[in-house]
Amino acid sequence: MTDLEQIGSRLDALIAAPPVPADAAELLELGEKALEQWVLARGKEPTEDLREGFRLLALHRQGADKDPSFNACRETCRELVYHYNLLTQPSEDDKSEQHARMMGWVANHLFLFISGKMETEQLGVFCCASKPVRETVDANGNAQ
Amino acid sequence: MKTTDKKEKYKEVAYYPGCALEGSGHAYNRSTKALGEKLGLKLKEVENWNCCGAMEVKNIDPKLQTYLSSRVMSTAANKMKMDVVMAPCNGCYHNLKKAEYDLENDEESKEVVDRLSRKAGHETYQAGQVETIHALDWIKDTIGEEGLKERVKNSLDGVKIANYYGCMYTRPRHIFPEKDAGPGSESTSKPHFMDDLLEAAGAENVDFPLKTACCGGAHTLSDSDTSTRLVTNILQTAEAAGAEVIATECPTCHSGLEMHQIRAEKTLGIKTNVKIIYFTQLLGMAMGLKPKQVGLHENISDSFDFVKKKGLA
Repeated sequence: MTDLEQIGSRLDALIAAPPVPADAAELLELGEKALEQWVLARGKEPTEDLREGFRLLALHRQGADKDPSFNACRETCRELVYHYNLLTQPSEDDKSEQHARMMGWVANHLFLFISGKMETEQLGVFCCASKPVRETVDANGNAQ
Repeated sequence: MKTTDKKEKYKEVAYYPGCALEGSGHAYNRSTKALGEKLGLKLKEVENWNCCGAMEVKNIDPKLQTYLSSRVMSTAANKMKMDVVMAPCNGCYHNLKKAEYDLENDEESKEVVDRLSRKAGHETYQAGQVETIHALDWIKDTIGEEGLKERVKNSLDGVKIANYYGCMYTRPRHIFPEKDAGPGSESTSKPHFMDDLLEAAGAENVDFPLKTACCGGAHTLSDSDTSTRLVTNILQTAEAAGAEVIATECPTCHSGLEMHQIRAEKTLGIKTNVKIIYFTQLLGMAMGLKPKQVGLHENISDSFDFVKKKGLA
């Protein structure tokens, strides 16, 4: 079983369970591992840096370097971090079980996007942005 | 006389339906026109419009796509003397915005567009001649939430909705300078215009974390399995979020969700029951239009029983 398949199997198991708030750290880590696979496949060493306090966001930025189509999963990464924060910061709402379930689906989407992109590199290229325009923008889509 | 007040400015706009709305997305075309008429808004279809360049031309020859989109804007500005083009399709909206950006920032694009325009025998579009807006901007800025509340005939009360915007409505950020521009503007990371409009009509929006997630749309035919997996995850997430309906504002997203919902049942054995309905269809029914008037019968997924149960038919 490849590393990516292992990530997928673990996510399937967590989603079927379903995820609970205590799974937040593991779900975030599975997202990081999926991103690592993309970075490694492009011949780079996955960064240990943090961006806005999260390695996941730094890995996404690294993955999008010179490949703006990877920004098609930028918001998914940010949603993963958002749900992690919801589950790990003190809160008085009683929605933590639901937040955990949602975090599982979001992590799964990131995994599916990356595994899809490993098979079809152009996933996200055609539809989410304009290639020639994006060649002159940075990894966050900002004009340079 | 040109007006800067959006409420007045958008009441009569050049309407650019684009190819999809004449084909697989016809229900969106029908419901957009019917809703506009119901709300007292005027659409003047762009005369002899052409393809925006979609994904196919853009990928092969991006400058040609810029020209094709510019021709639509040139017709609206120079022949029809309109200053706003409304494009309900995310692909068209995105491409017109991209062309506008290119023509403002890229000399080579300007040269190519000028050369092709002269060859085709029409005036060259100049950046800034028209403003391109989406159907969401059109309703939001003319009627707004308060206006919708006043006009509701059949409240969407009790309808739980996940709003799916797709990827082309917000990316890449720099071609949408009006977004992320402070209070009242649309957000590129968490878009909310569709949420706002449907909530005003009584709907209950659920917390949906995949609003702009990739559905693998462009790969729907070339790599169907990838698209099916991505779409199925979106559908399952919507259901897990408590949604009965996914509201859409793009014909490509809409068709993709509908087709892969069926395909997922066959290929993955995963059945989802969430309904997929254009926001213009939902708003139209809320304003008192009949399901057929908003083209509900033209959707692939059957939601007649659902809308009847919710008191919308």
